[in-house]
Amino acid sequence: MTKTLKRLDLIFKNEGDSEAILEKTLSRNNEDIISDLIASGLKGRGGAGFPTGLKWRLTGEVEADQKYVICNADEGEPGTFKDREILSSVPHKVLTGMAVCGRIIGATKGFIYLRNEYKFLVPKLRTALDDFHLIMDKLNLDFRVDIFMGSGAYICGEESALFESMEGKRGEPRNKPPYPTNYGYNGKPTVINNVETLAHTYSIFKYGAEKFRDLGVKDSRGSKVFSVSGDTPIPGIYELEFGMTLQRFVDDFGDGDAKAVQVGGAAGFCVPRKRFEKTIIGYQGKLTGVSLPTGGSMMIFNSSRSMYNVLHNYLEFFVEESCGQCTPCRVGTQQLLMGVEAVKRGDKSSDYLNKLLELSEIMRQTAKCGLGQSVANSFSSIVENFKEEMIY
Amino acid sequence: MPESQSIVHKAATKRGRKRQSLLPILQDIYEHKHVIDEEDMVEVARELDISAAHVYGTATFYSFLETRQSGQFIIRLCKTITCMMHGKNLILQELERILKIKPGQTTPDGLFTLKEANCLGQCHKGPAMLVNDTPHTELTPEKIRDIIDGYRREALKL
Repeated sequence: MTKTLKRLDLIFKNEGDSEAILEKTLSRNNEDIISDLIASGLKGRGGAGFPTGLKWRLTGEVEADQKYVICNADEGEPGTFKDREILSSVPHKVLTGMAVCGRIIGATKGFIYLRNEYKFLVPKLRTALDDFHLIMDKLNLDFRVDIFMGSGAYICGEESALFESMEGKRGEPRNKPPYPTNYGYNGKPTVINNVETLAHTYSIFKYGAEKFRDLGVKDSRGSKVFSVSGDTPIPGIYELEFGMTLQRFVDDFGDGDAKAVQVGGAAGFCVPRKRFEKTIIGYQGKLTGVSLPTGGSMMIFNSSRSMYNVLHNYLEFFVEESCGQCTPCRVGTQQLLMGVEAVKRGDKSSDYLNKLLELSEIMRQTAKCGLGQSVANSFSSIVENFKEEMIY
Repeated sequence: MPESQSIVHKAATKRGRKRQSLLPILQDIYEHKHVIDEEDMVEVARELDISAAHVYGTATFYSFLETRQSGQFIIRLCKTITCMMHGKNLILQELERILKIKPGQTTPDGLFTLKEANCLGQCHKGPAMLVNDTPHTELTPEKIRDIIDGYRREALKL
């Protein structure tokens, strides 16, 4: 099998020039930097895909006595581990992005919200922070970054739940609007970006918007770091261009027997073999369902795997990680789990799966946050494509 | 001052007496005592001048804050899909066999607590587990025996 996908080496390339890049970037005015970010087409790499430049501009436009820059390192989506690697090997890129963002929006304080599962990274991060603060002093910049440790809650990766958690509360998502650009941590305007997004801003500062834009396809620009796991001979972290078909991905990474790929983790979509050719990895077509946005989690399942077990595992995950605040999610996740178990045991007829699909659709429409809304993604894509495995 | 009171007091002094410090304070207490009990929660509420119910609400929300006494080493074995696919159940059986406890239990000598956890972010190297903050990956039953042995020696300062 020929390996066709181009592997990139932008984000993990370490040239030790962060101080020079920071100085060069800060010598430009805010509007120019933002225009560059917007022109580059960079969108949030946590999975939601909000344009980064626009987020910074909106937060910059709000008047407030205090603003914050937060790096979301609560990487909890099953099958994702890229942020861990980025923070461990190129933390200075993330910090440079935060410092530039701080200058643009007028924030003097930044945080890295680090999941407790990654606490072993702290000593390394502290060293990086010490170096970073020395550069801040040298450049006469009033900007400090602290590490805030999470305590084991998937939901805290949701931005408003993350703010609640930092404020000492249960990690329960807030209603939106207001959005973090206006009302974030401590009710102050806050830019919150994924680790990878911030690291990409560094590439844009360094190489310019053009070079970043040249990568990828329409509406999905730049490279993306993918976490590849499951039935693959080469699990790991890979930086690839946006816009590939799932077929090309599987040709490169599968074990030759892939029957499905879960794109975007438990909250993402399961794509069966027959759709590999037609599915593109990127942001555009989010509404058409042809291409799939992703935080970079790619889990490959070969034909020896029971998709019932896969779905059951995801549902158990959601039952445990639902914050319990809103009824559709708290009760819905439990009913879906009990429902598929009942069908499998034969206590309910196979028609009951249609009821459960309806329930997951209701959750998509009525749950308060992305967790509850996205349970339907994996549920419906697995149940509809592998119905026989759910029943027999 | 009783011991737990002084731990809470120290944590509050170090982290600051505001609501935003609550999670770091609870983390500090847990690190010292391997538990956050109700007495601690009342004491934290007093230090921060907030309701004990709020402290309880926060302390019980997070899976890395234990409100039941846990051992010196808390083992969190990942049970999410890719670790599951790569033999997590074999690892669990081996842990249960060596430690003679089930998930959720602590060994009588107070050394180990065994728990199953959701995705630890080590999916490419599954099965994986954390022992306190340290990740152990690509586990096999043989490796498990060595790892547990290592922690036993550490506890006995051999």
